[in-house]
Amino acid sequence: MCDTCGCTITPGNAHLAGAERAGASRTTVEVLKDLLADNDRVAQHNRAHFDEHGVLAINLMSSPGAGKTTLLEATIQALRGRYRIAVIEGDLETDNDAARIRAQGVPAVQITTGTACHLDAHLVHRALHDLPLAGLDLLFIENVGNLVCPASFDLGQHRNVVLLCTTEGDDKPAKYPVMFRAADLVVLSKADLLGVLEDFDPVRAEAALRALGRDTPIIRTAARRAPALAAWLAWLEEQLSAPRAIAPLRPLEGGVTVSA
Amino acid sequence: MHELSICQALIDEVARIATSCEARSVGRITIEVGLLSGVEPELLARAFEIARVGTCAAAAELSIAVPEIVVHCNECGASSSAQANRLLCASCGGYRTRVLEGDGLKLRAVELDVPAALH
Repeated sequence: MCDTCGCTITPGNAHLAGAERAGASRTTVEVLKDLLADNDRVAQHNRAHFDEHGVLAINLMSSPGAGKTTLLEATIQALRGRYRIAVIEGDLETDNDAARIRAQGVPAVQITTGTACHLDAHLVHRALHDLPLAGLDLLFIENVGNLVCPASFDLGQHRNVVLLCTTEGDDKPAKYPVMFRAADLVVLSKADLLGVLEDFDPVRAEAALRALGRDTPIIRTAARRAPALAAWLAWLEEQLSAPRAIAPLRPLEGGVTVSA
Repeated sequence: MHELSICQALIDEVARIATSCEARSVGRITIEVGLLSGVEPELLARAFEIARVGTCAAAAELSIAVPEIVVHCNECGASSSAQANRLLCASCGGYRTRVLEGDGLKLRAVELDVPAALH
């Protein structure tokens, strides 16, 4: 018998509990539980790990090819000697991206998800075992290139950054509202191409984002041209110095089961 | 397709409830899938057909409620219904809104066949 699932409902009290057919062996249990509760519990645990070590965790999301890894390479170069950075890389296959990050001289852990189209909190928790957080300031989690699935899964990050590439349509926020609503910052990547890509109108892109009920800041980057990183680096510095709510670190009951 | 992962989480939760109630089988499972939850109800229904095989929910029926999106305007205070990619206030047109309903992904109810001894 328990207090939560309705198994204490009897013919005598069913009228109080609202059971559909009192006295019958079939009973309806009202639950109202978030389906991602298990993921969210592990995400909170990850967040507490980050907080314990004073690490700012940023979840970087975009469609494939929007320039996440290139932005990270340029960021590592720009912040070298000032902040200690590490990267968790999510991809369906290959550790190419982790190799690119390691070539910049910072630790990188590759998660290959196989057929899974997103990272979840369990996968990130497992990766944390291979990544000493002590001595880090900034952890980037580069999610699987996908504007749909990653939006639904909290990983324990402090901030979500979504790249909108100028080679994509400027109506992407209208097409992928769940992803763009989740963003704390929208980065208009490859902005140096705006002059030649006549179809992409930054004003339309911003209007589509505002229609989602968000006043999320939008900045432009061109990762291959260092001066065009200024707004991005300023945003990062601001987040690094901003006070963060500290999540309490509690052990995970029953351990963590890893699902791929 | 993350709908399959969601279904597995759903069935895990249903199994926990069924076990704690010593249920013989699971009948109807009712869930709520908001249009802003990032989950496609039709794909979820199809994924459920795959995920339920060999579990306590093997014979269960999945009922999906898709509530209308409701936003609250932080500017004028009005609440109004909205579309997934147009979450503006219907009253004043403002964009500083908060979603009241439509982003949930919840297990609402489970119908169980419980041994008569427990009744």
